[in-house]
Amino acid sequence: VTRPMGGGAVTGYGRAAPPVRRPESANLADILERVLDKGIVIAGDIQVNLLDIELLTIKLRLVIASVDRAKEMGIDWWESDPTLSSTARQNAIAEENRRLRDRVAALEEAGRAEEIEAGTPPVERGEPERRRRGPPAEEDRRA
Amino acid sequence: VPEEDAIYVYAISRDLPPDAMKGVSGVGGGPVRVLEHRGLRAVVSPVSLAEFGEEGLRRNLEDLRWLESTARAHHAVVDAAVEFSATIPLGLATVYRGEDRVRGALNEKNEEFTRALDRITGRTEWGVKVYADVRPAAPETTGEEPAASSPGTSYLRRRRMQQDTAERTRNEVMDVAERVHDELAGIAAAVRLHRPQDPQLSGECAWMIFNAAYLVDDSRSDDFQAAVRRLGGLAGIRLQLTGPWAPYSFAAEEETTWTEL
Repeated sequence: VTRPMGGGAVTGYGRAAPPVRRPESANLADILERVLDKGIVIAGDIQVNLLDIELLTIKLRLVIASVDRAKEMGIDWWESDPTLSSTARQNAIAEENRRLRDRVAALEEAGRAEEIEAGTPPVERGEPERRRRGPPAEEDRRA
Repeated sequence: VPEEDAIYVYAISRDLPPDAMKGVSGVGGGPVRVLEHRGLRAVVSPVSLAEFGEEGLRRNLEDLRWLESTARAHHAVVDAAVEFSATIPLGLATVYRGEDRVRGALNEKNEEFTRALDRITGRTEWGVKVYADVRPAAPETTGEEPAASSPGTSYLRRRRMQQDTAERTRNEVMDVAERVHDELAGIAAAVRLHRPQDPQLSGECAWMIFNAAYLVDDSRSDDFQAAVRRLGGLAGIRLQLTGPWAPYSFAAEEETTWTEL
């Protein structure tokens, strides 16, 4: 019996040979999401405290592309999870849009808008550098 | 030399040749072999309880380097077995205190393993990720601002337009991802959804909007890959195909989808 060499499958037309695999090239995140979260689960004799497993699952959350990178991120990286919930993200955007529309309407109605918003636009989250700069009056005039 | 006093089980097969794993090293470096019982063959290797006992595992699982090398070793053994025969992978760190305990598990779970093997025989798992190929919304410089408009108002108008554009783009990308999934699912025998991976960690700026595994008949493997190539040309997205994988995502009977934190 020969050792598997990656190209071990006999391929030929008309028969379904399993595709060739190259385990060494697989991305760690892809491996972890499979070996930790998938695979058939049978209870072995060694049981790790469920809380620990939960912690591990949270920490890894199938997202580690590089261990070095993960360590750089510090221990709180799994808590900020903005990309994963598209629903939450869309809700947040819809909500911000609604607030902005209301605010625009209010300003236009007031007529003398300058007085009302002399300082900062009412955006509470995000774009701190824009907020620091205040309303982009100069850019407007330039255009 | 640490005492190897426990048995790590990687995978279960039906007709793996007894000496198929000869020369393969397992997690912790022990020799991998095939253990047969009641028509099933477990892929196993000896490990030490110092490393894989409760205390050791608790400690080691917090060590990302240990986790990486163990996960890779587990994966390499599983892949070596799959080269020979239809094999279902077990989860990482499935450890028993002795051969008798492994036989007990093969006995007890005989039907479940058999069903899983029936499900995946002649099929291969492929991974597909869809990234949104989205650039930051360009600033709207329409020059159509009414002259009387205040700086604050025009700021808010511009901001709103940017938000609307982002939302529209997001919806369009979602539609494309759905189309990709529909077409691929039509070729596949089964589908499992994985959690999208975090772009911060992958170092990818691109937003991963979809991450799935498809179990594909080996006879349709070419069709599937051709479809992935074709769909990868759709506007607004980038596709990544990974695999072939051992059927990790299809080993369990029920779909275990990822859950939100």
